[in-house]
Amino acid sequence: MENNSTSRRKFLTAGILAGAAVGCSSKKNPFDSYAGDDVKASGETVKLLSVDGEIIEVDKAFLKPVPHMPSVSNDEARKGIAGKKFVMVIDLSRCKNLKKCQSACNHAHHVQEGQNWIKIYPMQDAEMTAPYWQPTTCMHCDEPPCVKVCPVDATFKRQDGIVLIDSDRCIGCRFCMAACPYSTRVFNWGKPDLPEDVANQDYNAETSTPPKKGTVSKCDFCPDMTRMGMLPHCVSACPNGVYFFGDMYEDSVTNGSETFRFSDLVKDKAGYRLMEDLGTKPSVYYLPPVNRNFKFEDGLTKEEPAEKKS
Amino acid sequence: MEKLQKFSPEKITSDLLPQKFGRRGMIWTTILVVICCIGAFAYIKQLREGLVVTNMGDYVSWGIYISNFVFFVAISLVGSLITAIFRLANVPWRTPLTRISEIIAVSAITFASLIIIVDMGRPERLVYLFTHGRIQSPIMWDVIVISTYFCISLLLLYITLLPDIKMMIAAKDKLGKPFSKLYRWLGTFWKGTAAQEKIRNKSITIICIVTIPVAFCIHTVTSWLFATTYRPGWDSTNFGAYFVSGAFLVGAGAVVVAMYVFRRVYKLEHYITEMHFDKMGKILVMLALLYLYFNVNEYLVPAFKMRKPEEAHLTGLFAGEFAPLFWFAILVGMIIPILIVVFPKGRKPNAMFVAGVMVVVGAWFKRYLIVTPTLLQPFLPKYDAPARYSHYFPSWEEWAITAGSLAGVLLIITFFARVFPIISIYKTITDQNETEQSS
Repeated sequence: MENNSTSRRKFLTAGILAGAAVGCSSKKNPFDSYAGDDVKASGETVKLLSVDGEIIEVDKAFLKPVPHMPSVSNDEARKGIAGKKFVMVIDLSRCKNLKKCQSACNHAHHVQEGQNWIKIYPMQDAEMTAPYWQPTTCMHCDEPPCVKVCPVDATFKRQDGIVLIDSDRCIGCRFCMAACPYSTRVFNWGKPDLPEDVANQDYNAETSTPPKKGTVSKCDFCPDMTRMGMLPHCVSACPNGVYFFGDMYEDSVTNGSETFRFSDLVKDKAGYRLMEDLGTKPSVYYLPPVNRNFKFEDGLTKEEPAEKKS
Repeated sequence: MEKLQKFSPEKITSDLLPQKFGRRGMIWTTILVVICCIGAFAYIKQLREGLVVTNMGDYVSWGIYISNFVFFVAISLVGSLITAIFRLANVPWRTPLTRISEIIAVSAITFASLIIIVDMGRPERLVYLFTHGRIQSPIMWDVIVISTYFCISLLLLYITLLPDIKMMIAAKDKLGKPFSKLYRWLGTFWKGTAAQEKIRNKSITIICIVTIPVAFCIHTVTSWLFATTYRPGWDSTNFGAYFVSGAFLVGAGAVVVAMYVFRRVYKLEHYITEMHFDKMGKILVMLALLYLYFNVNEYLVPAFKMRKPEEAHLTGLFAGEFAPLFWFAILVGMIIPILIVVFPKGRKPNAMFVAGVMVVVGAWFKRYLIVTPTLLQPFLPKYDAPARYSHYFPSWEEWAITAGSLAGVLLIITFFARVFPIISIYKTITDQNETEQSS
C-alpha cells in the first residue's frame, strides 16, 4: 500500500493530466484548453500514466503545471465537507515521543518558536500506574466550549466536525483559551516570525496560516489535506503509526499503512476520550497504552533536561 | 442621632460650590496626568508590538488587565448601592454620599470598558462585536449590560445634577467664566418648575429601580466569564453572588475613602459628619462579613473534597506560590477592616479611612488571585510550551497601563469635583427644610 505522501501527490498530478488527455479527445488538439493554439510541439516527450494504467507519451510543450488544487475561500472553509465527520484515533501503545508529528505540524503551519499545536505529555495517572506518552491535538469537540464562548464567531464548528479559527475575524479576547480544558490553543502574542512571502499572504482559514499577530491558533485537523483526500501532517509524519485518521460515516480510520474499521478498533481496544466527564464530546479517541511497542523510557531521550517541565 | 448644624441656603451654596484647585490640587492632578501619560505611552508600545510586551503566555492568557477590569466593574456597583438602594429604602443620611458614589460608578465603568479593549489582541476589530456579535457568548452579555449600566449611571448622575446646574448658572459671578458655557449647555432648559420637578423625581425613581438589577447583572455576568469555563477555582455556581457581594464591599470601601478625602480637602465637616462614617462603618462591616461568608464557601467547600484539579489550585493559594498574596487579601481586605470597624471607635473618620483603603487594596489583589492562579493550573500538565509561560508576573508595560487606568479613574473624579458640586446643594437645602418642617 502507498504510504508516501510525496509520491502519492506525484501520482495524483499525473493522473489529472492523463485524465485531461483522455477526456478532451473530441477536440482537434487535446491540450487546447490548457495551452492555447500558439503552443508548438517541442519534440521532447514525457511518459505519463493514463487512467487505464497505460504508459502514454505527451509532448513536453503541452504540459502545464496544474495548480495543486485550488484553495477554497474562507467562506467555503467555514462550511466544511458535506457528508463527512472526521475522527482521529491515537494509539498510546505505539507512541515513543519521537515528536515527528509535532515538527511536521509546526513546519506546515508555521507554528511559532516554543509553541506547539501538538503536545506530547508524559502522563502518569497515579503513583503506582505506568507512565505513558500522550500526544494531544485539538479534540475538535462536538460540544466545543471554545466555540460556545467566542463573541464574534471567529472560531466555529464545520459540518464535518472540524473546529477552525478565522484569524481575520478573531478579536484576540482569548476567552476560547480560558474555556478550552485541553490547553490546545496558542496565542500569537507578537508579530509572528515568518518568511516574508508567507507573512504577506492573506489568512487562509483552511490551512490556519499564516499566523496573524493578536489572534489565536490551534490544531485544525489539516482540512486542506483531507479535502484533497490526504492525511493530516501529523498522521503521515508519524513513523510508528500512532495516529489514525478517517471519516466516522465511512467507519474507517487509517494511519497510512494500516486501515481499520473505526467502530471495531475503538471497541476491541477499549478506546476512550479525554475528560469525558466535561461533556465536550471530543472527536479524538485514545487507545490505552497496553501491549506497548516501546518502553516509556525510550521516549525520554527526546526530552530536554528538566527546565522544560513546569 | 447627631443633628446637622443648620445653615442658611446661601452658606450651603457657597460651601458646596466647586472650588478652584489649590496648590495640593494642582500637584495631585499633575501626578495623575503624568501616570496616565506613562500608561498611554506603554499602551502605544503595546499597540505597535502586540501583547508580547506583556508577560502573559498561553497558560496565563488573562492577567492583570482582566483582574483590573473585574476590579473596576466591582467598584462601579457602588453607584447602585448608595444611590438606588438607599433611595428606595429611604435612608435619610444618604444625601452627601450619593453624588460621590455616582461619579465613582461612572468613572470606574468607563475605565472598565477601556481596560477590556486594552486586553484585546486586535482592538481595531472592536466593531466586530456589533457587526458579527454572537449573543450566545458571555462576552456579548457583558458588552450589553456594561454599556447599559454606563448609560444608566450617567443619566442618574446628570438628572440629579440638574437643580445644581441651575444654581451654578445663577452663581455665575462667583464661579467665574471657565465652565459657564458647559453649565448652560447642560442645564439651561431646567427651570425647576413643579412639572419639571415631578418628571425629575419620577425619572430618578425609575432609574433607581432599574439600576439595581442591571448592577447585579454587570457583576454576575462578569463572574460568568470565569464560571462558564471548566477550570478549578472558576467552575462554581456560587460565583455570581460571590462577585456581587465582593463588589458591594469594595464599592463601600471606595466611598469611605472618597468621603474622607473630600471632607478633608473641601472642608466638608459639617456635611459629611462623623455620623456618616459611623453609618457607613456599620454597612462596611456587614458587607465584609457577607463577602467573607462567600469566601468561606468558595474556598473551604472545594478544599474539603480536594478534587485533583482543585488541589493544586487551592494548595497554591493556601500554602504555595500565592499564599502571601492570598492571606494578605483575606486579612487586609476583610478580616482586619472588620476588626477595626466593628468597634465604635473604629468608625471615626481616620480609622474608617484606613479600613477603607485596606478594603480597596485588598480587593484589587483579590481580583488578581481570582484570575491568575487558576490559569496556572490547567487540566493537562504545563508542557511543551515555553518555560516562561509557567509563571506570571506582570511586565512594566502592564503595570504602567494598569496604574494609568487607576489614575484615570481618579482623574475623572477629580475633574468632576472641580466642575460640579460633589455634594448636591439643592438636595442638602431641601433636606434641611424638610427636617425643619417636621420638627
